[in-house]
Amino acid sequence: MMMTPKTATGSNLERVLAAGHFAVTAEVGPPRGPDPEAVKKKAGWVKGIADAYNVTDNQTAVVRMSSIAASKVLLEEGLEPVMQMVCRDRNRIAMQSDLLGAHALGIRNCLCLSGDHQIAGAGGKLHGHPGAKNVYDVDSIQLISILKGLGEDCVQDGGDTIDSPASFFIGAAWTPLGTPEMFRTIRLAKKVEAGADFVQTQAVYDIARFAEAMQRAQDAGVTERVAILAGIIVPRSAGMLRYMNGNVPGVEVPDTLIERMGSATDRKAEGIKITLELIEAVREIPGIKGIHLQAIEAEELLPEVVESAGLLPRPQIA
Amino acid sequence: MIFAEWKPLTELVEKLSGYDRVLLVGCATCVAECAAGGEKEVETLAPLLRLALKEQGHDIEIQTATLEKQCEWEFVEELAEAVAQVDAVLSLACGIGVQAVAERFEETPVYPGVNTSALTIREELGVWEARCAACGDCVLGETFGLCPVARCAKSLMNGPCGGTRQDGKCEIDENLDCVWNLIVERATKRGELDALSQVRKTKNWSNGRHGGPKRVIREDLQQ
Repeated sequence: MMMTPKTATGSNLERVLAAGHFAVTAEVGPPRGPDPEAVKKKAGWVKGIADAYNVTDNQTAVVRMSSIAASKVLLEEGLEPVMQMVCRDRNRIAMQSDLLGAHALGIRNCLCLSGDHQIAGAGGKLHGHPGAKNVYDVDSIQLISILKGLGEDCVQDGGDTIDSPASFFIGAAWTPLGTPEMFRTIRLAKKVEAGADFVQTQAVYDIARFAEAMQRAQDAGVTERVAILAGIIVPRSAGMLRYMNGNVPGVEVPDTLIERMGSATDRKAEGIKITLELIEAVREIPGIKGIHLQAIEAEELLPEVVESAGLLPRPQIA
Repeated sequence: MIFAEWKPLTELVEKLSGYDRVLLVGCATCVAECAAGGEKEVETLAPLLRLALKEQGHDIEIQTATLEKQCEWEFVEELAEAVAQVDAVLSLACGIGVQAVAERFEETPVYPGVNTSALTIREELGVWEARCAACGDCVLGETFGLCPVARCAKSLMNGPCGGTRQDGKCEIDENLDCVWNLIVERATKRGELDALSQVRKTKNWSNGRHGGPKRVIREDLQQ
């Protein structure tokens, strides 16, 4: 189904989706230091395999190079960024200022997120900043509305006008199997109502349950109004899948997948095989317009995955 | 009630070690209800503090008193005589009470003995939970009587983030209910889930802390 772009944001991702292609997004996480070479190195691994690349905004509340700056580095490297923006660290004044700045730098996609709470963040080996004062002036849905205002109406949240539109292709996240599950469709619909153009989902492993959630979204009339990209995370080990199943809210991993990874002699090959099966399966689900593909700390696997899935070369649309 | 809890003894010892006579003052209102600064806690803390100070080589006389309310001037006045006999005051009241005593007895150092942290309800014996954030723009009428400002870790206004655990708890604390899960449950029970489908616009925080320190004038109550 062809989508009609509301405005010309200049986003490549928007053009790819509008032309009816099955979209691919990937992720480039900024480094914990100031070296642009670290961004360029990751960019080099994944260049050409996706239509746009998410640039995370201090994920897990660990300080990293700003998503705006890292997005700009990607642009210079010829990759289109999806700048992520979380509500944890900035109020509506800083957010809008940063959005205008991001637009001035040529950034055209923005994914609006609540953001990991600084208490739940870091985990593992890092300290993070659990004593930080958070902001949460606006929530992710209100942030979507703010982006819509800046783009479509040339107006800031407070009512002041801006002299030319800051049009972004607006992204939102969706955790279809999150608790309370029945409300997740309503929350998705609210994001679309607020102005979301595309959605990236939490990682999908349980195809049957994801398909049910998609059916609910379709019944609610949401899938016609927004491009949903299914989240796919390459499994690396049974332990990783077990961890995600038990500890990441909204991620459900069937036992059969965990067992497959556990008994595989070549875990890397099995992980890729499962990934390809997942991609094939989500492509069959009505309303899925693409995938958001991640290989956590193993970005070098992604070209092989995208190639084997028959998703290369990526469309070039003028 | 205003919730507070004792500061670590080591911190109190550090603050008080230079004095000879200290007045430990409790408050019989909120901090008594949350078992941090009522008469009982004052009388419990005094000997602990004496002992801890003594262990550090400080022989300090600690007198005790507990006011009905440390946040009202007429009650604070009752301390005049006792304060005159000491070098410092340690208050177990909330921050309001500490400041009232400090303001009335400007020449005497007044230290807080508790950390004031929330507006809570006692859920059960020994368990308190935040209920209000004094945001100045109450939304309880739209959220089925459950406050997302105080009870959602991210003060979300449009539903739960992706961090709700499968059992309905918040991702930041396995024992803390996701308030949005509770809101959705209550709305569902009432058959009014649709009421939560409307996008709630950005909130006006200016009637609370973010509009500057509160100063209220009610002319109808002024003489």
